[in-house]
Amino acid sequence: MKAKEEAIQAGREIAIGKGQKILHILNTGLKNYGIFFAFFITCVIMTILTPVFITPRNIFNIIRQVSMIGIIAIGMTFVILSAEIDLSVGSMVAFTGVIAAGLQVYNGCSTFIATLVPLLLATLLGIGMGVVITKTNVHSFVVTLGMLSIARGLGLIYSGGYPISGLNPSFRFIGGGMIGPVPVPVIIYLGVIIVGYFILSQTTFGKYVYAIGGNREAARLSGIPVNFYRTIVFGICSFSAGIAGIILASRVNSGQPTAGLGWELDVIASVIIGGTSLFGGRGGIIGTVIGSLFLGVLRNGLNLLGVSPFYQQVFIGLLIIIAVILDKFRR
Amino acid sequence: MEDKKIKNYPLVRMENIHKRFGGVVALRGVNFDLDYSEIVGLVGDNGAGKSTLIKILSGAHPPTEGTIYFEGKKVEINSPKDAKQIGIETVYQDLALAENLDVASNIFLGREFIRSGLGKFLRMIDRKKMWQEAEKVMRSLEIQIGSVKTLVKNLSGGQRQAVAIGKTVYLKPKVIIMDEPTANISVKERSKVLELIQKLKKEGISLIFISHNLHEVFSVVDRVVVLNRGEKVGDEKVENTSIDEVVKLMIGR
Repeated sequence: MKAKEEAIQAGREIAIGKGQKILHILNTGLKNYGIFFAFFITCVIMTILTPVFITPRNIFNIIRQVSMIGIIAIGMTFVILSAEIDLSVGSMVAFTGVIAAGLQVYNGCSTFIATLVPLLLATLLGIGMGVVITKTNVHSFVVTLGMLSIARGLGLIYSGGYPISGLNPSFRFIGGGMIGPVPVPVIIYLGVIIVGYFILSQTTFGKYVYAIGGNREAARLSGIPVNFYRTIVFGICSFSAGIAGIILASRVNSGQPTAGLGWELDVIASVIIGGTSLFGGRGGIIGTVIGSLFLGVLRNGLNLLGVSPFYQQVFIGLLIIIAVILDKFRR
Repeated sequence: MEDKKIKNYPLVRMENIHKRFGGVVALRGVNFDLDYSEIVGLVGDNGAGKSTLIKILSGAHPPTEGTIYFEGKKVEINSPKDAKQIGIETVYQDLALAENLDVASNIFLGREFIRSGLGKFLRMIDRKKMWQEAEKVMRSLEIQIGSVKTLVKNLSGGQRQAVAIGKTVYLKPKVIIMDEPTANISVKERSKVLELIQKLKKEGISLIFISHNLHEVFSVVDRVVVLNRGEKVGDEKVENTSIDEVVKLMIGR
């Protein structure tokens, strides 16, 4: 009798041990790869529920829709990894789009010039923010919030508040063209992902971004020109917003001073859902890409299912909160 | 010529160092010498000026007044970079490690091995070489840290200290400044760190050792320098003084 009890007890302990182990694996797995699971499961569910979902056409459609937010999210990953934030990206989209359109329509510039100049201006504005942030030690939240208003205002001033339309046919290729079966924005997105991944994972610059986000003082004491890199990071983010702005203007065949309203939220959401810590120093490009695609798939799938966009907002909001809670537990 | 230099000048000489922060006087005319292969303990109560003095030597603060000689030559130390350039490295109290990076990345932070470069800005890191070299450094310190790919946040206090020391040792500095190197670590690991300090001395490195624990100071240093309210009040070889005497100097006014 006693032996039996002991055996049961021992069995129970083993079971508990095993259970804990499985729980532990599930736990760490969910914490570190939760986003991949969630993304995969969402894709499977969508495939079952709507036969259209997995068709190549729909997949390219999703990636094209994601590409603009996705490109900015790559730039934003650099900013958030270094423990900063950039709220100005949505306005930067409008600013570059309007300038690109204006250069073509008002000044008759070539597509090349009309693409290059706005990108350059956006990068300079980004670097300008970086300089103000690092020189004055005002938090990037505040400075980029200011730029959110400034860039939007500059776009409105330049365009007089009206859309600028009638763009070069060759310019329209950037957002609307196809190379084979692949939309051009998707190719640009892929290029940005590869460059971003390479820089972050292979170069000293990438290492310094992580170091600065992890412990800025340690980075400084190690002889890294911290403020230089912090500044560059804002240049990169604004540059990526510029690319998105060009694509959008090309796609809608006009420079819209009201374009990109609220995009900063989707961009930041993509990065955070992708597992990059808001506190800096942890995360990366692959997570961000998954985060962006996840949001895209969710939107697309819910659309295909006929779910009202109002509900979609609620879903995405919940997702952001869950992502941040997971990040908190991981710390 | 070389011999004469060594005879006439200590490795480091700080002369008549003053430091004011606004109206607050942190140091008033301190003279401080550090000889070749010497360990000097710098002690004093909170606010005595220890940290200020070593921050001046490590380039974190420029002095308001005073001169620094290194190997007999007058030097200007206006930034941590200047100090590093002449061979003065600092192991900071808060360790100054990026916890989110692995051991190897921390050891070589700011001076990574480069595989190939696309200009100055995009330099590719040679990770394999960094792991190998980091492995060597940590082995030479004889402190177990497991893999050099371990994230620093997963290490104990003593292991972190070893990484921080490894980071400076690799540069082959002439002077290492250690600000409270045993502050946040277990007793067992403490003796390891003290052994490590002795080992560094044997390799010909001079050390400045700051600690609140006088027993520790006396067990490891050659000479002890006492600061009190921004002035040097004591400077003795350990064999010529005692803990009691040093305490009196520290708290006397």
